[in-house]
Amino acid sequence: MIVKTVISIIAYLVLAPLLGGLLAGLERKLSAKMQRRVGPPVLQPFYDVFKLFEKERMAPTRFQDFYVLIFVVFVIASGVIFFAGGDLLLVIFTLTVATAFLIVAAYSSNSPYAEVGAERELLAMMAYEPMVLLTVIGFYMYQGSFNVRDILGSDTMAFLPMIGLFIGWIFILTLKFRKSPFDLSMSHHAHQELVRGLTTEFIGRTMGFVEISHWYENVFLLGFVFLFFANGTAWGWVIGIVVAIAAYFVEVYIDNCFARMKWQFAFKSSWIIAVVLGMINVFVLYLCF
Amino acid sequence: MSAYVTKSPWVVHYDGSSCNGCDIEVLACLTPMYDVERFGIINCGNPKHADVFLVTGSVNEQNKGIVKQIYEQMPEPKVVVAVGICACSGGIFKDCYNVLGGVDQVIPVDAYVPGCAARPEAIIDAVVKGLGVLQAKRDAMVNKLEVPAEEAAEEPAEAAEEAVEEPAEAVEEATEVVEEGGKE
Repeated sequence: MIVKTVISIIAYLVLAPLLGGLLAGLERKLSAKMQRRVGPPVLQPFYDVFKLFEKERMAPTRFQDFYVLIFVVFVIASGVIFFAGGDLLLVIFTLTVATAFLIVAAYSSNSPYAEVGAERELLAMMAYEPMVLLTVIGFYMYQGSFNVRDILGSDTMAFLPMIGLFIGWIFILTLKFRKSPFDLSMSHHAHQELVRGLTTEFIGRTMGFVEISHWYENVFLLGFVFLFFANGTAWGWVIGIVVAIAAYFVEVYIDNCFARMKWQFAFKSSWIIAVVLGMINVFVLYLCF
Repeated sequence: MSAYVTKSPWVVHYDGSSCNGCDIEVLACLTPMYDVERFGIINCGNPKHADVFLVTGSVNEQNKGIVKQIYEQMPEPKVVVAVGICACSGGIFKDCYNVLGGVDQVIPVDAYVPGCAARPEAIIDAVVKGLGVLQAKRDAMVNKLEVPAEEAAEEPAEAAEEAVEEPAEAVEEATEVVEEGGKE
C-alpha cells in the first residue's frame, strides 16, 4: 500500500510537468491550426521555460520570489495529496492557499498591472470556489468518502449520478485554466490591456517556476475530471483518461472561440451554474443515496 | 551549446513616432501569412518577459525616456532591432527640431531594418539574425564577460544608411556586422 502510494507520488512529480508541458505544446499547435497557421513546435513550452531559466535574475522586490516559491510548493503539494489518494477537502484547501500566495506575490510587486490582475484573480477565485466545494461534497455524498483512494476503489462510476457537477466542473475549468472567455487575470495570448496581468512582474526564473506549477496544476485539475469516471475496472480508467484529455482540448477550443468577458459575467455565470446544476445535483444525491 | 533563448525569442514592440506603416508590418509578421510563432516568437507586450525589443519610428525628446526605460526593464540577454528607416537614422524626420535621430541615439541597437515601410520578410530576417547576438550575449553571460553591445551597435548604422534603397541586402549586411561584433 505504502509502496504504491510512493510510486504514484513520484510518478506525479516526474510525469506531471512533462505531460502538462506537452499538453500546452499541443494546445498551441491546435490554436495555430484553428487560425490556419503552422504554429510553434510541440516542445515550444519547454523551450520557453528553459529560456526563462537562462535569463538574468531580476525582481521588483525580494519578497515576491519567496511568495512564488510558496505558491509552487503548495501547488505541487495539492497534486501530491491528490495522487497519493488523500482527502479531497485537503486537496482543494491546499490549492486555495497556493493561489492565495500567487495573488500576494502579484500584490507585493506594487505594479498597477499586477495589482489589477491580482484583484481579478481574487474575483475568479470567488467565482469558482462554490463549484469546487460542491463537486467535492457531491463525491462524498455519492461515494461516501472524501478519500481519492476510496473513490478510485468504488465499483460504480460517478459520472451519471453527478452529471450536473461534471458540467459545472468543466465550466469552471475555463476559469482555473485561465482561458477565454474567463482569462481575466492573465493570459497567454495578446489581450494586453493589463500587459500580462498577474504575471507582469514575474521575471526570468520566477516566471519559469510559475509556468511549471501551472503544468502541475493543469494535470491535477484534469485528474478531477478523471475521478468522475474512475472505478475499480480498467474501462473506468481508460474512459477517465480519454475524457480528461478531451476536456483539455474542449477548453482550448472554447478559448479560441470566445473573446474575454467582464468579471461580472464570469462571477454571475459560474455562481448560477453552481447553484442550479451543483445544488440540484447535490440535493438529488442527498435524496437518492 | 545553443541557448534556448534563440528558440523562444519573445518580442516587445514600441512605436516611437512612426507613421504606423512599420507597426502594421510588424503586426503583419504575426498574421497567418507570415506566422512568426513558427520560430517561437511571441509578441508578449511586456518588457520584463521580452528578449527582443522592436522599435519603430524615430526617437524624440518626448519618448527617449520611455525607450530607455523599456530597454532597462528587459532582463539580459536582450537584443534591440530598429525597424524602418526612421528608427535606423531618423529618416525624413531627421531634421525636425524635436527629433534626436535613430534609436541608437538612446540605446545600443543590434540590428537595423531599413525601408519605408520595412517589409515583413526583412523584419523576420532581422529578428532571426538577432538570435545570433542573443546567443553571443548568453555565452558572454555564462563566461561572465562584458558584452560589447555598444561597440557592435555603432558599425552597422553606417552600413544601413548606405544601402537604404535595398532593404533586404542592408539587413543582411547589418546583421552580419553585428554577428561579427558579437563574436569578438
